[in-house]
Amino acid sequence: MNINTPASIANTPLIDIFKFITTLSILSCFTFASCSQQPEASIDYNKSYPSQDGGTMISAMTGEPSGLIFMVAGESASAAIASNIFNSLLKYNGNLDIEGDLAESWQISDDQKTITFKLKPNLLWADGKPLTSADVLFTWKTVTDENTRSPYASDYQLVSNAEATDALTFKVTYGQVYAPALDSWASLHILPKHLLAGQDIRTTSFARKPVGSNYYQLSQWNHGENLKLTRNPNSVLGQAAIDQLVTRIIPDNSAQFLELMADNIDSMGLDPIKYSRIIPARPELKKNLNLYKELGNSYTYLGFNLKHKPFDDIRVRKAINYAIDKQEIIDGVYLGLGINISSPYKPGTRWSNPTLKPYSYDPEKSRALLKEAGFTKNANGILERDGKPFAFEIITNQNKEREKSAVIIQRRLKEIGIDVKIRAIEWASFISRFINTGDFDVVILGWGLGLDPDQYNIWHSSQQAPGQFNFIGYNNPTVDKLLEQGRSELNPDKRQEIYHTFTEQLLADSPIVYLSAGYGLTAIHKRIEGIVNPIPPAGIGYDSHKWYIPKPYRRNQISAN
Amino acid sequence: MLKYSIKRVLWMIPMLIGISLISFFIMHLAPGDITNNEAAFNPKASEESRQKLRELYNLDKPIIVQYGLWLKRMVQFDFGNSFATHQKPVFLGTTDTDGNYTKGMIEEALPITLMINLLGLAITLTLAIPLGILAARKYQRWQDKSITLFNFIGFSIPGFWLSLLLMYWLGVANNWLPISGLHSLNYENLSTWDQLKDSISHLIMPVIIPSVTGLAGITLFVKNGMLDVLNQDYITTARAKGLGEHTVVYTHALRNALLPLITIIGLSIPGLIGGSVIAETIFAIPGMGKLFYDAVLMRDFPVVMGVLTIGSALTLLGNLLADIAYALADPRVRRGVARG
Amino acid sequence: MQKNILVKALSNPLALAGFIIIMVMFLLAMLAPWIAPYDPDAFDVKAILLSPSWQHWMGTDGLGRDVFSRMLFGGRISLLVGLVAVGISTAIGIVLGALAGYYRGWVDTVIMRLVDIMLSIPSFFLILAVIAFLTPSIINIMIVIGLTSWMGVTRLVRAEFLSLSNREFVLASRTLGAKDMRLIFIHLLPNSLTPIIVSAVLGVAGAVLLESGLSFLGLGVQAPQASWGNILTDGKEYIQFAWWLSLYPGMAILLTVLGYNLLGEGLRDALDPRSQSS
Repeated sequence: MNINTPASIANTPLIDIFKFITTLSILSCFTFASCSQQPEASIDYNKSYPSQDGGTMISAMTGEPSGLIFMVAGESASAAIASNIFNSLLKYNGNLDIEGDLAESWQISDDQKTITFKLKPNLLWADGKPLTSADVLFTWKTVTDENTRSPYASDYQLVSNAEATDALTFKVTYGQVYAPALDSWASLHILPKHLLAGQDIRTTSFARKPVGSNYYQLSQWNHGENLKLTRNPNSVLGQAAIDQLVTRIIPDNSAQFLELMADNIDSMGLDPIKYSRIIPARPELKKNLNLYKELGNSYTYLGFNLKHKPFDDIRVRKAINYAIDKQEIIDGVYLGLGINISSPYKPGTRWSNPTLKPYSYDPEKSRALLKEAGFTKNANGILERDGKPFAFEIITNQNKEREKSAVIIQRRLKEIGIDVKIRAIEWASFISRFINTGDFDVVILGWGLGLDPDQYNIWHSSQQAPGQFNFIGYNNPTVDKLLEQGRSELNPDKRQEIYHTFTEQLLADSPIVYLSAGYGLTAIHKRIEGIVNPIPPAGIGYDSHKWYIPKPYRRNQISAN
Repeated sequence: MLKYSIKRVLWMIPMLIGISLISFFIMHLAPGDITNNEAAFNPKASEESRQKLRELYNLDKPIIVQYGLWLKRMVQFDFGNSFATHQKPVFLGTTDTDGNYTKGMIEEALPITLMINLLGLAITLTLAIPLGILAARKYQRWQDKSITLFNFIGFSIPGFWLSLLLMYWLGVANNWLPISGLHSLNYENLSTWDQLKDSISHLIMPVIIPSVTGLAGITLFVKNGMLDVLNQDYITTARAKGLGEHTVVYTHALRNALLPLITIIGLSIPGLIGGSVIAETIFAIPGMGKLFYDAVLMRDFPVVMGVLTIGSALTLLGNLLADIAYALADPRVRRGVARG
Repeated sequence: MQKNILVKALSNPLALAGFIIIMVMFLLAMLAPWIAPYDPDAFDVKAILLSPSWQHWMGTDGLGRDVFSRMLFGGRISLLVGLVAVGISTAIGIVLGALAGYYRGWVDTVIMRLVDIMLSIPSFFLILAVIAFLTPSIINIMIVIGLTSWMGVTRLVRAEFLSLSNREFVLASRTLGAKDMRLIFIHLLPNSLTPIIVSAVLGVAGAVLLESGLSFLGLGVQAPQASWGNILTDGKEYIQFAWWLSLYPGMAILLTVLGYNLLGEGLRDALDPRSQSS
């Protein structure tokens, strides 16, 4: 048995059991193919080679995409695969500036309501047919079509007129100035008209055998097992280095990690424990894996139901904010792999207001605020107001980090006299039973750190109906106005000012407690080279077409056909 | 015999209706519906678009009406399309106007699950029958006791824990078996012989682990059956006639002891068709269990109902066949003696 | 009668071992607040994933909580889930089985068809769907397991009633004009009790195992409430590294289920007329 373990783990009962069984060796290695595969232990993966074409990269995901037309499918698994196959008009570069993808240039009219996109010349679909503005127009019509029922339609429905004036020109006019417009054109995958016209977008088999324009095309989809992408020879954006991208579907995380250990997959997202405790302590893993850390795209928060007493009282919300030690959560839950935030934007980007400071951990202030709000301690040490003890339930979904955060918060709140219970609930029940009905006091959830600062859907007071996203019931006329202004302001500096004021107001109102923005943690096998580290703000995968696998590092048993 | 069979077949109709009612109403226990899956929880997804989804699937109509609409389609063998997976057909495949064939979800999952579980059952029986006989012959002696203990330990280990330990030991620590999945990635490029070896090596763990945990029940059954038969008069007579112990056990006793196994196999049909959610999840096998579990989490009602109904209907059918087989094998039943 | 059976069963070393295991588990669970060295929910972010030592006999988990203390308190939940679930299924089984076996006729037909329907739906699917749809909680888990596993007991009680009701003492009471309820509760039920107990003991084993399976799928007892099932599920991610997180709960489940099975089997053997001779 080839296990190198740190001393603390080496002589454990479990490992002994393994040794015992191995020596007994009931199951000997007979004729199976896998037996003859010897681990390629002798290869030194630390050399670096110049970029070269070819090879296969294998990754894994826990859920299978429902289809590869993202505007219909809507889930992240679909986006992960489809974004290798399709292009949008625009895209974000490494530093999160918008640049052209299919579009060569774009122009905004003087009244700021019309955007004219100029496509790059000679664009082709993977099947060799030309990609023109007619395809873009078709895509817009499809996404806004009633029958498509795209969850993402609302951005595009604001377009009052769209036309393809010539083969390379696509023009959209908005009824009102809409600042997030450019952002929206960076996330709409352009679909081929010649294959989809006349088809029902919701049922078309195109979703399972798509034709796109990006670096890769789908070559094989073994349902429930894997998806194989190969290079698109007609990609006009250039050629990706790696020949074949295989994504295996492995629902269980532990099984995925075993596959990573056995070198059957090349990359995997990690939790903080695997990232900072397990892999660094295991030389045989450290030898082959590079670990990457990037500021994640989301943050975790504790949200109050502002329609329920006593959370309608700002002093109570602030008191709870002061009573929670965010650093403790970052240290205990994220093992230090997270940061404090004070606005719902990625720190370091222009929308994040650098003057804002998170609420400090200050139990004294917290006690004083609660006293001011009329709470007094009863005989059991629990705070009381009008004879009613201050007790509530924190509800969260089944997410280890969120559960653990809740446990830490529970103790801190107990110290100031608040009795907290915790419930972690499976996602669909959580949303339907608690969020959509508004039947909750306090939740722990996460929101994305959006690239465009518009968060109208989350904070505007008009967005409180069941199923909408301001389910905490936040209602501040000043904020409403700022959000409306921000949507129709295209000047980046003025826009920045608006959102800085917005985040300041939001922090002061404390409708949610920002807990932490955890890092995105990834392990990638050292055979993959060309990964930019440290990772730029856009995230690890933004230039994955430049990644390459040097010949000596390629797996020999998987040849790209 | 014919009358018995017809009666049994006719009984299936009210039972199928009962099953469909149970599965349909379970579906509506909770307020959750398809519009609440994680993908839809995105600020970009508007409530209107979700309301439209609900209308499309009649989720806004009264439950009775929904059941009526569903039953109407069900009698035409149309189990509808999945909410969640791009409208894939639930049961059987369909061909669209352009001649593209889309496989049905159950059509894809059922053969995989059936194959794995039939193999598992075969292994369980091959192990359980000799073990049961041995335990019966050495009743109350150490062989009997160690078999009982061994079987119960197998039964008592949480399956996913045992699976992960073995995946680590056989797949990571020793590179003997593949860890998960059904095929290697280069499966298509292998020779037929290598493809067979590849498939077998992928199936070893998912087939053997559940069959070891299921060993206890059947071994006990065989043992008790053998004990009953061995104590009966005709065996005593056979022994008294001076027939060898071997002949007595293997020709006379075994046949009669194994007869009730048909019933047990009949009872294990739900498991054969339903498969194991846990084993399929851990070994990344796209079978019926995984299909059902995903559908439950996504509130993909057509799939949940389809799997429950098709699974139960096939079970009824299997039980029917088992009963008829039993009747054919056992003269007492054949003659029409009522069975409970 | 029950007492003799138990004494007899315990003369079998395997059944005795099972009995002792279960008693020890129950004792530990009941005494948990006095034995546990730590508060099971008290975390310590400076003591995450410590391997077993004198301070923490079973090490600590991903939040620095003492695994031994969580095992003790989790055991209460796991054992309780098993007992209550089987209590529910046995109660339903007795009522339906008694009705079917006593009244026979159409009552029997209806009940037995219901049993057949329930038996033909893959039961784990039923449990999974109902728990997911009702939102998982300890109460729901116990009720749902109970509601989906009464069929065996029903058949058993019915069969006992059918065979008992032809016996002289029952026929005699009936001719003497005994009321139905009196017959059922005074004469029939007590005489079918032993096989019911055996099946209940075996049922508890299944329920404990089921809870751990549900935990694996995220539909078991919900965190931060500890159960053996969810401690094991937590630990499965780190099975080769922080082995103590999965080994102890895994062994606890194994031993408990094994204990119930051995005891149940011992009781069954003791009931069996065959074993009289040996």
